[in-house]
Amino acid sequence: MMEITPRSARQWSRLGSRGIFGQAILSIAEDHPEMMVLSADLGNSSGLDRFKATYPDQFLNTGIAEQNMIGVAAGLAKEGYTVFATSFAPFIAMRASEQVRMNLGYMEMNVKAVAIGSGIAMGLLGNSHFGIEDVAVMRSIPNLTVVSPADCAAIVKTVEAAARFQGPMYIRLTGTANTPVVYTEDFPFEIGKAVPLREGADVALVACGSMVHAALKAAEALAEQGLAAAVLDMHTLKPLDGAALDALMATVPAVVTVEEHTVIGGLGSAVAEYMAPRAERVRHLAIGLPDIFVKTGQYEYMLEQQGLVGPAIASRVRDFLAA
Amino acid sequence: MNHPDLDRMAAFMRRKILDVSFGCGLTAHLGGGLSMVDVMAVLYGRVLRLDPNNPRWEDRDRFILSKGHGVLGFYPALLAAGIISEEVFNTFQADGSDLIAHPVMNLDLGIESSNGSLGHGLSMAIGIALAARKKDKAFKTYVLLGDGECNEGAVWEAVMLAAQLGLDGLTAVIDHNKLQSDGESRDILQVRNMAARFAAFGWHAVDVDGHDIDALVAAFEAPAPAGLPRVLVAHTIKGKGVPFMENDNAWHHKRLTKADHEAALAALGETVAAEGAS
Repeated sequence: MMEITPRSARQWSRLGSRGIFGQAILSIAEDHPEMMVLSADLGNSSGLDRFKATYPDQFLNTGIAEQNMIGVAAGLAKEGYTVFATSFAPFIAMRASEQVRMNLGYMEMNVKAVAIGSGIAMGLLGNSHFGIEDVAVMRSIPNLTVVSPADCAAIVKTVEAAARFQGPMYIRLTGTANTPVVYTEDFPFEIGKAVPLREGADVALVACGSMVHAALKAAEALAEQGLAAAVLDMHTLKPLDGAALDALMATVPAVVTVEEHTVIGGLGSAVAEYMAPRAERVRHLAIGLPDIFVKTGQYEYMLEQQGLVGPAIASRVRDFLAA
Repeated sequence: MNHPDLDRMAAFMRRKILDVSFGCGLTAHLGGGLSMVDVMAVLYGRVLRLDPNNPRWEDRDRFILSKGHGVLGFYPALLAAGIISEEVFNTFQADGSDLIAHPVMNLDLGIESSNGSLGHGLSMAIGIALAARKKDKAFKTYVLLGDGECNEGAVWEAVMLAAQLGLDGLTAVIDHNKLQSDGESRDILQVRNMAARFAAFGWHAVDVDGHDIDALVAAFEAPAPAGLPRVLVAHTIKGKGVPFMENDNAWHHKRLTKADHEAALAALGETVAAEGAS
């Protein structure tokens, strides 16, 4: 059991999402002897080197063949294993998307497909390695649960919850080393239940993954200008926490979704799909990546360029509320 | 003929294919269903260790139909083996049926996996065979692929991994009928030297006449080298058993009219009589 404290949260943040994913897997291995972890030849890049060395019989490198990896994972799951199948986001969600559809969706095999380094965290590796459409694809597959944890502590909670959860999941890891800290103490984490992080009556910021911290920063900036923004960590993109959205619609005049994903088909779309037919619906602004392959640079540069940082988000929210 | 029971089972399955295809009144994958009948009769009549009264028996051998459109060769085998009832079998392609044009996973009906989209079954079979080895289980894993299906790149990802893992509990069978949806494989994307190709990838590969019951029994029961996955390349004829369907790709996916059904039954009747007399 990995304990979340201000100190561990800082340490984990330095390791980043991949390193902490590997540590979380390592920490639950003893309690889950029927767990298998698969990688399509990115084990070390996925923080799994220590797990591989400690539990060699529970690790399988399937080679650079993601489609086959997902099918093999399904076969193992069919025979009772809980399987974490890992690769970079586009190689699972898009290259092996039909394998995910058949095995995890149609047959509901107990496989947790883990997308390492989703969003634009791969920086200078470029758009070939980015996960900017993965939520749109994975979310549309029936039976799939889609989770995007906000920080390293949330990744630990997600991995622990995923190992207990019966059923297929797509786990989307965002951020890189020195990822900002959202959670500094233990918190109730339940798949499908959003975490309210801040209250406010002027607007609600609903975010997932790396953008939860950015939304908190934006809320701070807005507070300085006299606008009270609620912040919700919508870590589960499917099934969406409708009750949490109902509560927001009853208390704020506008909702802003923030995600490190194309604005087509991700969190913004999920929230819009939920709110649009309801009489209580409120105005909605979807902030995310534009419908382009972005000009590549280091991660922080791109987040700045695309306006996915606190001040830029606050500015867009202010304009939206004033319009 | 050393296995009259299996000959009779194959004949029974062919008749059932024609009756249920005609009965449903819809198009069905006749050619590829008929080509795999003898392989399936040997598997379900002799090779597979199954308990018809308990299709979920933990130690049962696993069979995956990777060429999912081959259900017309699969459901009659489940019927002949006593795993599904005549009543269930006759729901083939009815609205809301459990038995549609591609298998839908249903352990109570002996259907291990959902298929239809090609190139998935071998990967799943590897996971199953690997689980059996890790858990020290004695059951074997069998998977049937089409030769046209071997156009799919994912098949060869799986072929590589099975050899890498040395999965000798895994047997793949290729229904090598040399035809695919749009025509002859040699005009489309031919998988040349099928057995040699698998051997080159590190498999124990055996060519066999896919319509010779005795040869199929011998091939399945021959000792195989330890540490290698095994493939039986079953050379078959698409539409086998109904002369006017044999090697005629028009019957890949077609509706049987009343006249077709009668003509096919007549042809089959002669075949059954001829085989019974020999």
